[in-house]
Amino acid sequence: MEAVRAENLYKTYGHGATEVKALLGVSMVAHAGEVVALLGPSGSGKSTLLTGLGLLNPPEKGTIDLMGERVLEDGKAFGDLAALRRSRIGFVFQKSNLIPFLSAHENVRLILALNDQLGAETYTRSQELLEYLGVGNRSQHFPEELSGGEQQRVAIARALAPAPPLILADEPTAALDSTRGRAVMELFRKVAREQGTAVVVVTHDHRTLDIFDTVYEMEDGVLSRAEQTA
Amino acid sequence: MKDLRRQKVSFAATALGLGLLFAIVLAMGGIYRGLVEDATLLVDHMGADIWVVQRDTRGPFAERSTVPPGLEDRLRAQKGIASARSFSTATIQRIVGTRSLRMTVVGLSWPEDKGQALPLVAGRALRDPHREVVVDRSLGLVLGQILSLGDESFKVVGLTKGMLSSGGDGLVFATELDARAILNWQAPEARRVEREGRLARLGGTDLDSVSNQDRLRDERFIPPTLAPAPANAILVSLRPGASIDEVLRGLEAWPDVTAYTAQEQRDLLLKGVVEKSRKQIGLFRALLSIVSGIVVTLILYNMTVAKTHDIALLKLLGARSSVVVKLVLNQGLLLGALGYSFAILLAKFLFPLFPRRVMLGTAEYLGVGLLVLLLVTLASVAGIVRALRIPPTLILAG
Repeated sequence: MEAVRAENLYKTYGHGATEVKALLGVSMVAHAGEVVALLGPSGSGKSTLLTGLGLLNPPEKGTIDLMGERVLEDGKAFGDLAALRRSRIGFVFQKSNLIPFLSAHENVRLILALNDQLGAETYTRSQELLEYLGVGNRSQHFPEELSGGEQQRVAIARALAPAPPLILADEPTAALDSTRGRAVMELFRKVAREQGTAVVVVTHDHRTLDIFDTVYEMEDGVLSRAEQTA
Repeated sequence: MKDLRRQKVSFAATALGLGLLFAIVLAMGGIYRGLVEDATLLVDHMGADIWVVQRDTRGPFAERSTVPPGLEDRLRAQKGIASARSFSTATIQRIVGTRSLRMTVVGLSWPEDKGQALPLVAGRALRDPHREVVVDRSLGLVLGQILSLGDESFKVVGLTKGMLSSGGDGLVFATELDARAILNWQAPEARRVEREGRLARLGGTDLDSVSNQDRLRDERFIPPTLAPAPANAILVSLRPGASIDEVLRGLEAWPDVTAYTAQEQRDLLLKGVVEKSRKQIGLFRALLSIVSGIVVTLILYNMTVAKTHDIALLKLLGARSSVVVKLVLNQGLLLGALGYSFAILLAKFLFPLFPRRVMLGTAEYLGVGLLVLLLVTLASVAGIVRALRIPPTLILAG
């Protein structure tokens, strides 16, 4: 089952002398349960692709399908993109971006509340996810009381809470040491395998590429499938 | 609202600051109402149907008014008039103990009016026609205290509450005769000069006589004024069923007096004494409301700016615009409610200590409450516009 399919995406920033072509006919697919890496130097267009797939920064041309359903075509949205984001896409960032005045538990439940899921079952769901990711005992702690690795685990729990078919992660291990970074990447694979979620990760860390099912490389707005060495 | 638990102190301090502003807005209204209440208190309390004053003047409260002697008797002879009593009032300032006390002396028409209708909080009304006074407690006098005014000493026999003149000075009630004696009192030196003057004038007339000269040379002699001390107005009460218009029409023909209904006297008082204060207070209040609005807007805008990252995150996660609007609006309403609660507390505990009366009723509280609601709602708009413009991709920028 294709979680996400992007076809022939084009995105340009600026005009005239300042014009930058960020995406040049990019196409890719990520299946349910698959872990996909996006590699590439800074300015290559990785983040533009990620924000495009995340329906935050729609490309001018091309199509994006989520779970087989057309959501974007040549810049035109089919449906409420914010609603699609909160129910079908989970986000994990370089920094955890947890809300500092909410506990780990409340941060996870926040996304459920945004999806109009309230009540006791959200508490159970949140606790289950935090335990699943190994931070169940830290559920009542505030972000500042958690280590960087723990914060990222809570952020992943938040991304997983509405059970989205797609998780987009933008350099999620950049702020972690190599051991914790690898642990987070392995967590993504576990989530993909066990939850049936497609995970697309932008990364610079070549040491963890063995974890990914598919690796794409991006350069000057052009995406190509990389040969995996592992 | 959970973010506020992390900034309880700063949020409370902000609300307290706003509360002070709202309290001043509240006070301005209360001070105006207090002015009106103080100004009209005596007119309302004296219970006259018609106020007869010096010709072409606007009565004893708006300007100096003296009515000719014997006017009461002339009025009593008119058709439709049940009673006519003289009325004197003036503000004096005397040293009492170590304090300089400013008070407004009011004459009560003895024996009909002994002050029994006054709002007494302690003591009693007047029992003797002389040397007794009922005073407002704002003057700080106590029951039994002896007050020296002119050549006489007056005993404080009763205390009232909230009986103030239009100038905010506490009222002192004495019998009409005592009041006039207090108000027209002259110092011994002034009396000596008067005696000298009369002696000189006497020498130039054929009325001069040894007995008159002896009387004037006697230091114990207090020369009477040429006429009895004049009253400031005559208060007229009508017979049941008498037409007030008819009585007024009759008085119009009198060349030495002007007559007003109690309502006209009240209106004159408000226009003359309170009007400028009302305009000034109104203008100040409007300016203060605008300043409060600007301050609230800046506070709410800055609170929203401080939440830029969290709002961007919420938007990235797919939060509806209504969620973001509610977030900003709720903080505004909470701040407004807290600020207004502080203002009410200040009004309850601080305003009674003000030197002038601050009168706040339900309408005043409700009016300022609605103003606060309007201000925080409008002020939230700036924050909401800012919040809705925050791009969700801001999160990805790091």
